[in-house]
Amino acid sequence: MRSSWGLKTAAWSVVAFLHVPLALIILYAFSAEDKSYVFPPPALTTQWFGVAWLREDVWAAIELSFRVALVATAIALLLGTLAAAALARAKFFGRDAISLLLILPIALPGVISGIALRSAFGTMHIPFSFWTIVIGHATFCVVVVFNNAVARLRRLNPNLIEASMDLGADGFQTLRYILLPQLGSALLAGALLAFALSFDEVIVTTFTAGQQTTLPIWMLQELIRPRQRPVTNVVAVVIIALTFIPILGAYWLTRADEPVHR
Amino acid sequence: MNTALALPAAPVGLQRRISDLLYTRRGLLLLALLAPPLLWFGVVYLGSLLALLANAFFGLDDFTGQVVREFTLKNFVDLAEPANLDVARRSITMAVVVTLASVLLGFPLAYYMARYATGAQKAVLYIAVMLPLWSSYLVRLYAWKLLLAREGAISWLAQHTHTSWLLDALLSLPAIGGPSLSFSAIGTFLVFVYMWLPFMVLPIQAAVERIPGSYIEASGDLGAGPTMTFFKVILPLALPGIAAGSIFTFSLTLGDYIIPQVIGDSTLYIGQVVYKQQGVAGNVPFAAAFSLVPIVVIGIYLWFAKRMGAFDAL
Repeated sequence: MRSSWGLKTAAWSVVAFLHVPLALIILYAFSAEDKSYVFPPPALTTQWFGVAWLREDVWAAIELSFRVALVATAIALLLGTLAAAALARAKFFGRDAISLLLILPIALPGVISGIALRSAFGTMHIPFSFWTIVIGHATFCVVVVFNNAVARLRRLNPNLIEASMDLGADGFQTLRYILLPQLGSALLAGALLAFALSFDEVIVTTFTAGQQTTLPIWMLQELIRPRQRPVTNVVAVVIIALTFIPILGAYWLTRADEPVHR
Repeated sequence: MNTALALPAAPVGLQRRISDLLYTRRGLLLLALLAPPLLWFGVVYLGSLLALLANAFFGLDDFTGQVVREFTLKNFVDLAEPANLDVARRSITMAVVVTLASVLLGFPLAYYMARYATGAQKAVLYIAVMLPLWSSYLVRLYAWKLLLAREGAISWLAQHTHTSWLLDALLSLPAIGGPSLSFSAIGTFLVFVYMWLPFMVLPIQAAVERIPGSYIEASGDLGAGPTMTFFKVILPLALPGIAAGSIFTFSLTLGDYIIPQVIGDSTLYIGQVVYKQQGVAGNVPFAAAFSLVPIVVIGIYLWFAKRMGAFDAL
């Protein structure tokens, strides 16, 4: 079937709308202008990559974000997989309520989850720490792992499990030798997306971080009060690269499953 | 049977016993699987939401600025002040307009993806929509700061296409204009649409993909033109997808506090008031009460969306 030129143009224009701003970020990282956002950049240079490399505050922020994302992903991986295993096939009372509960942290505006966690920490007199950030991140990352694992579990042939048991394997062996190998790439994809989500999250983090600076919080401070614009431009490109890799990896790992949704 | 003789009656290991127990008693297995995630979500998340709700009914000591844990409705009385109602009205209007614009922009792309794109082109389009959805929110916001700045790419484009007069006319509009695009409500609107558009495209695409081609052929065979087919067949069947996408665009716009802080004319939105009240003002109770506004609005919205079948398209 042929589409009309109008529809085709409209569709690709929207794609351009989504991607031109990202391309612009990459261009600006090489801009020699450091006082304004003038377009087109008067000259191009790679010097700002060197300047950014030496910035310790940037490295500290990257390190904190990395550690938070790793721990939050690990927790999300465990909880998301367990929830998926329980909900993928079983039908029981309250099943829909549980899936709703898992989706809630990303369906409700971040500002609500943020203020909710903050008031809970405040009420319980829990001081802000590395772990308060992790708790927030893990909570909204669970659904990502859950979605990927459920999609794969529903595609699995249940006879494989029966066959494994018939051949004498116990439940743990079946888990180890049948289920996990089949689930592996879906779990990895879920973990990659959870990592990207955590690495990038800012709204909930501003409520749970106190004085700590994750990479997105660093970026937010620069957005509100720019200090050295070229360094911000370089960091923006680094963030694009660091989040695109896990996202594309996750897509590649699950391209046969249902499309990954948030 | 021979096998029974061949296998010595070895003591059954603990692992095997647990395994058998879990396999035969499915309820127990389910409980073991569900306990950790339910504990986490019940304690951490529901607990926090309850703490939020409780805080909304607490007050603030005028002298010490400490939270007083006594029941009061003062926060809700304060909510009804004209300035606060204004913030709520502005946020809801923005959420509605952003949602409508996302449908208008998202539909053609979603429709093209679902019905015409095939093979590699389809994969490219899918990645093109998915990457911005998952990738850095702040970096994409930053990109718009570059684009919308007075000396930025859009002004440059307007100058070189001799349409600066159009841009100036837009910016001189009352209420939505401003000194430059990055300091106007138009700018805020553009960025909101840009940010949440992928959330609209994907559910519409999924809904359109489920429309059988034969329906559209049948509509043509029965004498409907393309326009009539669109409004009588395609649009009604795509509606659940649109409703599903609109939940995201609506809810995300309503709760965002960073975009209007970075791009816009310093008028406040709900998220900003919540953030400021808990941070600078230290008034967590009032922030908690104000954050119930989007929850209630979204609740009403979800109820409408459910009636339109949005949850079947998620």
